[in-house]
Amino acid sequence: MKINWFKYSAPSTFYPLTHKLVPVFAGLAFLLIMGGLYWGFFQTPDLLTDQKQYYRILYVHVGAAWMSMWLYAVLVFWALIGLIFNTRLAYMLAAATAPTGAIFTFLTLWTGAFWGKTSWGTYWDWDPRMTTELILLFLYIGYMALQSAIDDSRRSDRASALLATVGLVLIPIIFWSVNCPDPNQCAALHQQSSMSQVEGNIRIAWLVTALGFWMFAFMVILMRVKNIILQREQHTTWVKRLICSNEGQQ
Amino acid sequence: MKARQRRILFVALAVIAVGLAAALITVALRSNLNYFYTPTQIIAGEAPVGELMRIGGMVEKGSLNRKDGELAVQFTVTDTKAQTIVRYNGILPDLFKEGQGTVAKGRLQKDGIFLAEEVLAKHDEKYIPPEIADTMKAIQDAKQEKAQ
Repeated sequence: MKINWFKYSAPSTFYPLTHKLVPVFAGLAFLLIMGGLYWGFFQTPDLLTDQKQYYRILYVHVGAAWMSMWLYAVLVFWALIGLIFNTRLAYMLAAATAPTGAIFTFLTLWTGAFWGKTSWGTYWDWDPRMTTELILLFLYIGYMALQSAIDDSRRSDRASALLATVGLVLIPIIFWSVNCPDPNQCAALHQQSSMSQVEGNIRIAWLVTALGFWMFAFMVILMRVKNIILQREQHTTWVKRLICSNEGQQ
Repeated sequence: MKARQRRILFVALAVIAVGLAAALITVALRSNLNYFYTPTQIIAGEAPVGELMRIGGMVEKGSLNRKDGELAVQFTVTDTKAQTIVRYNGILPDLFKEGQGTVAKGRLQKDGIFLAEEVLAKHDEKYIPPEIADTMKAIQDAKQEKAQ
């Protein structure tokens, strides 16, 4: 079977597709997050070698941190597609990704603060890993601010796409500061990220919740892009026809 | 050159430039950004005396000293090569233990003793319950014995 991908690059054909996809991702997100959190709270050990119950914040914290970086890569991907092919939908997807990425970044910092207070003894410290994550939050906010500062959507799309591309610098820096190959080279308060020394049930709950976060991101980004499409294409005939047919039904 | 090709070239150059910047920043951070000083660096005189800074390392086993009925503690931070004595007057975090990692913020005195204003505990990325940790250690020890 051959799918014509370019067919869906037009907002008018992508719009009905979002109607079909949103409920699917909503269902998947609900099941995975609920299942993952249930497993994490009731089927995992209460006590670790050096941490107590509060280690369970990792189910939210790590998944959110992964999504905060991944969504930035997705945002830059759509921004670059938009810059190269001049497609409206790519810019709309980039714009729709930013708020979700910003919320996951905030969630990472917020849950990290509570975890840090109980385990390290402080809400915040200027550790390289935490500082770079905070800069990422500012980058998302800067992207959204620039997007809304310029009225002409074609100009604001291009300007914010450039900003997003420059900000891509940060992603490998955050990644390598958490996954530092040599601990002697990167002194930090934050522990390394590692999957190898994790008890099986904890790992399952952690990965399932993270997958649920991803599905949640798909859902809200599609819902947001739906609104952006309607707003930006409000003067086209297909949107007018859509509104007329909706009014006819009521 | 067509308009689209020019745009692709522009984007490719931008991505390469950004990638280079990322690599350079990472290298610069590694060599310049000292989040904390190790006892070895302090003994070598690399740490500033009297200025606010951090010291990091392991709390040496058997070095934690506290008088009854007082908050003031003294312990030794080690990086296995060198040691620094740390004095602190305050509540230690829950995870603070001998043999565990710590990061302390404070000032180094002229006599080489570190006066801490804040003491934090580090923990590792192992998420395993003690029972499993014990069996894993037993298996490792058995393997080492076999090897010997």
